[in-house]
Amino acid sequence: MLSVQIRKELHRANSSPFVLDVSFEIPPGITILFGPSGAGKSTLLDCVAGLTKPGAGRISIDGELLFDSASGANLSPQKRRIAYVFQSLALFPHMNVEANVSYGLANLPPDERRARVEAALAAFHVEELKARKPAAISGGERQRVALARSLVTSPRVLLLDEPLTGLDAKLKSSIIDDLRAWNSAQRIPIVYVTHNREEVDALGERMITIDHGRVIDSGPPQQVLDAPRRKRLAQAAGFENLLQGKVMDLRESDGVMRLRLEASECEIEVPLGYATPGDLVRIAVRAGDILLATERPRGLSARNVLEGRIDSIEQRGTIVVVHVDCGVNFTVHVTPGAARVLELSPERKVWLVLKTHSCHLVAD
Amino acid sequence: MEALFLSIKLALCVSAILLACGIPLAYWLANSQWRGKFLLESVVALPLVLPPTVLGFYLLVAMGPRGPLGWLWQSAFGHGLAFTFGGLVIASVIYSAPFAIQPLLFAFENVDRELLAASAVLGAGRLRTFWRVILPLSIPGVITALVFSFAHTIGEFGVVLMVGGNLPGITRTVSIDIYDHVQSLEYAQANHLSLTLLGISFAVLAIVYGMNRKVGRRLWATWAAK
Repeated sequence: MLSVQIRKELHRANSSPFVLDVSFEIPPGITILFGPSGAGKSTLLDCVAGLTKPGAGRISIDGELLFDSASGANLSPQKRRIAYVFQSLALFPHMNVEANVSYGLANLPPDERRARVEAALAAFHVEELKARKPAAISGGERQRVALARSLVTSPRVLLLDEPLTGLDAKLKSSIIDDLRAWNSAQRIPIVYVTHNREEVDALGERMITIDHGRVIDSGPPQQVLDAPRRKRLAQAAGFENLLQGKVMDLRESDGVMRLRLEASECEIEVPLGYATPGDLVRIAVRAGDILLATERPRGLSARNVLEGRIDSIEQRGTIVVVHVDCGVNFTVHVTPGAARVLELSPERKVWLVLKTHSCHLVAD
Repeated sequence: MEALFLSIKLALCVSAILLACGIPLAYWLANSQWRGKFLLESVVALPLVLPPTVLGFYLLVAMGPRGPLGWLWQSAFGHGLAFTFGGLVIASVIYSAPFAIQPLLFAFENVDRELLAASAVLGAGRLRTFWRVILPLSIPGVITALVFSFAHTIGEFGVVLMVGGNLPGITRTVSIDIYDHVQSLEYAQANHLSLTLLGISFAVLAIVYGMNRKVGRRLWATWAAK
């Protein structure tokens, strides 16, 4: 059992301070750590491995303390006996596969070392590659070698940071099978970081979701994936525009998904949520977050530009409320000055600009 | 010919010392979090900007009987340091230091940090990580450092003249010998020596760059494919 309770403040360039503040326990078996990029997953793994020091908290394995801010204990990464497979794999480019795999066994007598390296190479089906350098083998083979190199040391915990990125589904599942087979004998806690739904479905025994440095939910994957919709999504109150859309596709690497709005032709990009293509989701957009243009805008960072026609305009105090028909009806707020300068009038053709992150997924 | 061999002996000594001292120093510079690090970096780079005569002058003063270096040497070995081969070696080491340190520093800093993290997680301490990962991946930098310090020492003139003087077989290096010949209008000898030096320098550089490129390219290929 790996038990983690840490808090760490990170100061990232060009953004507000980010606080990682998590507490969880990981039993033997594969636990998926799921969350969008920038949620703090890699920092969390670095803290567990001892590569980064948390500001406060404690980390232990089966009761043995690795880090404890109260007592000042902080075991070096060399002494933690935690294996860590980086996203880049970090295979040593100047060593062949065999030397890479035996690297962590420096303290063993040569005979035993050789035997363990052979066993690890065989377990991950890379024994015939042992004389080759990492540059001379394929991506999937490199991933197998990285796993063999980490596991040959008999670690107490295995940390995997998106280790199977860029592999096709078939290769992925065969590697995952080998990993499972290996761990059925060892039964150590494996933390598997990913933001890929396919991998969650293939691996899922247990999952922990984190976002913005906090644990949002944990439990069996199906339960966790269904729950966040109710838990963390925006409340519909206070949004002038509530729209329903059908999920067309997910672009996980970009952190977005495309929706087709209701019965219209409008397609917009919204932040990635826990949904699969074909799902119906509701999004909310504030009227004040929508930009209105009288010519087709170009060179914008905003991903959603919708063409429409003004239905009606009414002034309410210092706000001008514009109703626009883009196939779906939008309410847009502009200032009286803007309405005058743009010479807005009913029937006029306009374009609406919505930033992806102004589109909030809301609870049903 | 005596002068030529002296120059080569000096350059070999200086390259060896610079490699032995430069590797730990460059490693420290590459990894230290110390805030005053820039001061040391500036000191190491000083010989690049100072005229050799300025450096030579201060070294001469320091090595003189009343200078700190000279005094230390005197009490340790029983003779002075200025105008000796030992003095020449010390002066050349200082003068050529940036040419060894910079390539080493660059090479060490360019080793992927994640490889170092992987090494640590696999149980390797700093020393093992250095010998097994950092140094093998920095071979082109080490070779460059060796060649540069060798070549720079062979070619130096001002510092040698200031610190070493012109004692045949002890401090008269080839560059000074050539200067002497020109001064006495012995152009044939000057040309003979110059040509030999030119040939040797070119041959050494060509061999080493050729090797370095091959090694470098192989490493680069491994690296890029990762």
